[in-house]
Formats: sequence, C-alpha cells, structure tokens
Amino acid sequence: MPNQSTGTEAVLDLPGLQALVDALAATHTVIGPQVSDGAIVLGPLARVDQLPVGMGDDQDAGSYRLRERTDRAVFGYAASAVPAKRWVFPPREPMSRTHDDGTTVSVEPVLARPQRPVALFGVRSCDLAALAVHDRALLARPVPDPWYAQRRAGLFIVVAACTTPARSCFCVSMGTGPAPGAGFDLSLTELVEGEHRFLVTSGSPAGEQLLARLPTRAADTVDRSAADAALRQAAESMTRAMPTDGLAALLLGQPEHPAWAEVAQRCLACGNCTLACPTCFCTSIVETAELGSPVSERARVWDSCFTADFSHMHGGSVRTGISARYRQWMTHKLGAWVEQFGVSGCVGCGRCITWCPVGIDITEQARALARPAGQEPRERKP
Amino acid sequence: MVDHRASLAVFKLASCDGCQLTLLNCEDELLAVAGKVRIAYFPEATRGVLRGPYDVALVEGSVTTPADAERIGEIRAQSRTLVSIGACATSGGIQALRNVGDVEEFRSIVYAHPGYIATLAHSTPVAQHVAVDFELRGCPVDKGQLLELLTSLLAGRHPRISTASVCVECKLRGTVCLPVSRGVACLGPVTQSGCSGLCPAYGRGCYGCFGPVPGANLASLAHQLAVLGLRPEDITRLLRTVNTAAPEFAAESARQEMMSR
Repeated sequence: MPNQSTGTEAVLDLPGLQALVDALAATHTVIGPQVSDGAIVLGPLARVDQLPVGMGDDQDAGSYRLRERTDRAVFGYAASAVPAKRWVFPPREPMSRTHDDGTTVSVEPVLARPQRPVALFGVRSCDLAALAVHDRALLARPVPDPWYAQRRAGLFIVVAACTTPARSCFCVSMGTGPAPGAGFDLSLTELVEGEHRFLVTSGSPAGEQLLARLPTRAADTVDRSAADAALRQAAESMTRAMPTDGLAALLLGQPEHPAWAEVAQRCLACGNCTLACPTCFCTSIVETAELGSPVSERARVWDSCFTADFSHMHGGSVRTGISARYRQWMTHKLGAWVEQFGVSGCVGCGRCITWCPVGIDITEQARALARPAGQEPRERKP
Repeated sequence: MVDHRASLAVFKLASCDGCQLTLLNCEDELLAVAGKVRIAYFPEATRGVLRGPYDVALVEGSVTTPADAERIGEIRAQSRTLVSIGACATSGGIQALRNVGDVEEFRSIVYAHPGYIATLAHSTPVAQHVAVDFELRGCPVDKGQLLELLTSLLAGRHPRISTASVCVECKLRGTVCLPVSRGVACLGPVTQSGCSGLCPAYGRGCYGCFGPVPGANLASLAHQLAVLGLRPEDITRLLRTVNTAAPEFAAESARQEMMSR
C-alpha cells in the first residue's frame, strides 16, 4: 500500500530522529512509545534510546507479551498498551468549580490549559484514525467540546507507519492502516534493511517547516520502494479482519440473536475493552465537595457502558445484564456510531481483543452475528 | 446551647479495627469531620460516651457470637442511619473461613479452655441480621469513600460510590493489565473498585478486598484463571480471603473445591 501523502519526503537516520525529538521538545511535551511494566506504553520521551529499541510484541486475544526482535528497530511493534487518547481526553478533566459562601452561589468554568502543547511521537495509523473519530464526535457538532478542542488544537502528530502488525490487528479491514491516512504533521516509515533509517513525509505546513530544519538527506527510489514494500508486507501479514459488509444493519437488526447471550457467558463486564479503546469517550460527571469546604468541583471521569452504574436512572440500571451491556457497546461502536458521526467507532487497533482478560474477539462476535441463529455454537463456554 | 450537629457512633463487632482506624487516619479532614458531627460513641477515639439514639452509626465487623447477634439489634434500634463498613461487616470477613470449616475443631485447637468460648458456627454480615442503609466495602475501607459517605449523609444525598470493577481504576491510572501482560492471577475484573487499583499498580494481582461487583461473572473468570495455569484448589484459595463469604465468591469457591476433590 503506497503512502497516501503527497508531502515532502526525506530520509532521517537515528541522530536525525533525535534531532526531531529535540526540535519538538523545544516547544512541546513529547509523548512517545517506551517499555514500562512489561508492555509498550506511551509516556514522556526525551531521547530516542528511550524508545523500545529492538523490542516487538506478541498480541492476541487476552494476551500481550514483549519479545526481543532480531534487529534494532525502534517502531517494530503494534498498538501500544496505552492509547493516545489520555493526552487529548484525559481520565479526569475538571469542568467547573462552584463556590457557596452561604448567601450566593457562583459557578466558575474550568478549562485547564496544559502548560505546553503535546507532541505525539511514534503513534500508529490506528491512533491517527482514532483522533479523526474523536474530532468527528467531539468537535464536528454545534457546540464543540471545549476541553478536547483546547488540547487538540496544539497537538503535533508524528505518526510511525506500522510495519509489524500483531495478530490482534485488523486495521486493513477497517481502512485505517497500516499506512497512515491524513491528519499527521510528520509521518515516519522505519527501514531496518541496510542502513537503519526513516523515510519521513510531511503532512501539514507545521510538519513541512519542522522537516526543513532537520538534518535529512533526499529520499531516493530505493528508500521509497523499501517503505512501500514494508507497508505492503504489513498489510498482507494481517490475519484478523472485521467483516464490515452490512455490519451496521446486522448489529442493529438482531437484538435477540443468541450470540449476545453466548458472549455474555464469557464477558466479565469489567470495562477493559472500552477503556483500552482509543475512541470510547463515555464519561461520568462527578461532583466532589470536601466536608466543610464552600467549594465543590465538577469533573468528567472516564466511565464505561459495561458498569452497572452507567445506565442507572430513576428506578435502577437500564442494562442489568451483561448481554445488554455488551450489545450496547458493540452496536454503538460499529452500528449506531456510523449514523451518529458518519464514521465507524472502530479503527481496527485490536486493543479490545488483546486487553480483554478473557480474550473476547470483536471480529469473531461480528461473524457470530452473521450466522443464522442456532448454527455453529461457540466451542468454548466456561 | 443546643448542639445541632448530627451525632455519630462507631461500633465494632468481630474485626481488626482497621476500618475505624481509617476514620482516625483522615488526619487532614478529621477536624472538618469533627466540626460537622458530634462524636457520640467511638471508644477507639474517645472515652466520652453519649447515649443514643444516634443519627449515623458506622458498624465495623461481622457477627460471630450470640452476644453480638443480640447487640447488632440494639445498635439498629438506636441508629437512624446504619452503615456497615468494611469486608467483615459487609460479607463476614476473613473469619468467615469458619463457614467452610469446622468451628468446633478450630475452637479445640486454638484455645486452652474451649469451654469459655461462645461462638457461632458462621460469621455473617450485618445485613443478614438487621436492615442496613448502606454498605461500604473494602479491607480496610477507603478513606476517600468513607469521607464521601459521611459528606453525602450530612448533605442528605445518596453516596457516590462506584460499583465498577478494579479494572476501571487500573485503566484510569494507566496500569498495564497484569493478567494479560504477565499471566498474573487477578480478581480485578470481578472485584468492586474503591482501592484506586492499588495492588496491580505494584505488580500484584487483585485480592478482591472490595468484594464482587454486581452480577460478577465468576464462572468466566475462573475459566480464565485455569487457562493461566491455576488449579481448582488455587482458585478456591484465591477466592477465600477477606470476602470468602460474599455470595458470588462463596459459590464459585465451593464449585472449585468440588472440582479439586
């Protein structure tokens, strides 16, 4: 799959990559991939030797393991354990403060401005697609979400094309990778054969300006064809796929399909899938007031449609069973989301598959719903 | 001068005192608490005892003796709002291990003069004896949740205590999932939050201190624990700690025990 961008192309070596990090660090908080607690996560990054040098990952349903690669690749792994959303949509976002001095009540809006804008460095095409989904859901509406808008506005994105997908990945079937689409400032494709180098492409005026300041050499046909080959091979090596044809109708039209009850036998309703998902944005509005203090704070905190409290209304929880909660999540993500935002809520990163403690596979669930009821019952039941 | 503050009483049944210590551990907030409530009965904190009835009673510990079974009825009768606090009071505690053992045997092994010991065959939660207005989970209870509970009771609103799983707290905190990334046995997916995901953040699987989430799917988790290499006796052991008698944990540990025989 050729790189879709038409920006300026050049080649960076490892010192050049460090120069890129340094240039970003002058103006931004750089967040990039690194090994922590037995996984590749995103966190503050100052030096390229903090990247997961020579590290890969084995990801499959309910399982994640780091593994050593035979080369010194710094982007040789799939989706990070922690998605990028926490830097644009943090787990807890203060919204307002209320002061009650006994006679008057005043409400002060809170729009916490990060001290410095964030540069996401080395995120994948699925992460980029997820940001585009958030832009649709949170910005492209009559009143854009001010908290997201503020964090999103200053964001600089260096995407690293994915050349080593995991078994949990299915971005090809969602049309979101492995080559990055639009929306990045700079795109990197790592080439480890021969000289260790990165084909870098600009995707925005800001990216173009930064690229001009970096110690690059011109990209030649060898670089370009090597990058194309790496991405083509990545796409071909992807084993999982979402059966997207007619999927929304299939999901929304079969609320009583036995596959919902079957998946509920395995589902723990723990919420891991929604919290690992780079596009899930459901929150609870939480008021906290300290005893004896005249001030209370309102914040929104990540929540999950899998919790019993989430659908609690007058009289109790609307979705009492796990089956109803799983159905709500999946039909929204892959069905109603399209009607609501004009785009699927799934970017094929596979995090919900990897980080499900019992390894429930959303693509398998989609296939189960495509089967007429009563056929091919699930093999595994606890 | 009439004291209009709500009166607070803290009672103890069979327990380790850790939950009432959580109230004393509030340190920074303790003065604010003391300013808002009249501490009427709290032997661990003060010698002064005011007679009931009490506006709010916090009850720690489980019922394990005939005397406590009677006493909890008296406490209920004197308390407008009764909140059971901690794993002992809400599920029977670690001492509910007797429920799946032989209490006569324990008594004869542990005590030099077993005849002096009047104890019940089962350790039971407060709600099994009297009506309880709210159950605050944990071993021990969480300071933040305890303060939220008191604040909400004083404000006359429902306490905002999440019943989500520990997984939610791990993800909010950014902890990498231990069972998925390292194959560690963890009760987090079926355990109610409240601890801020403490143990997984330090590389230990969840022990289930806050008890099962509503509708906990123990059968599926037990199946996965077996996939991770745990034998039925290991799973039984994992479920039989401070919330051993919580219905979902008790049912699954009994099932696993049957399988291990």
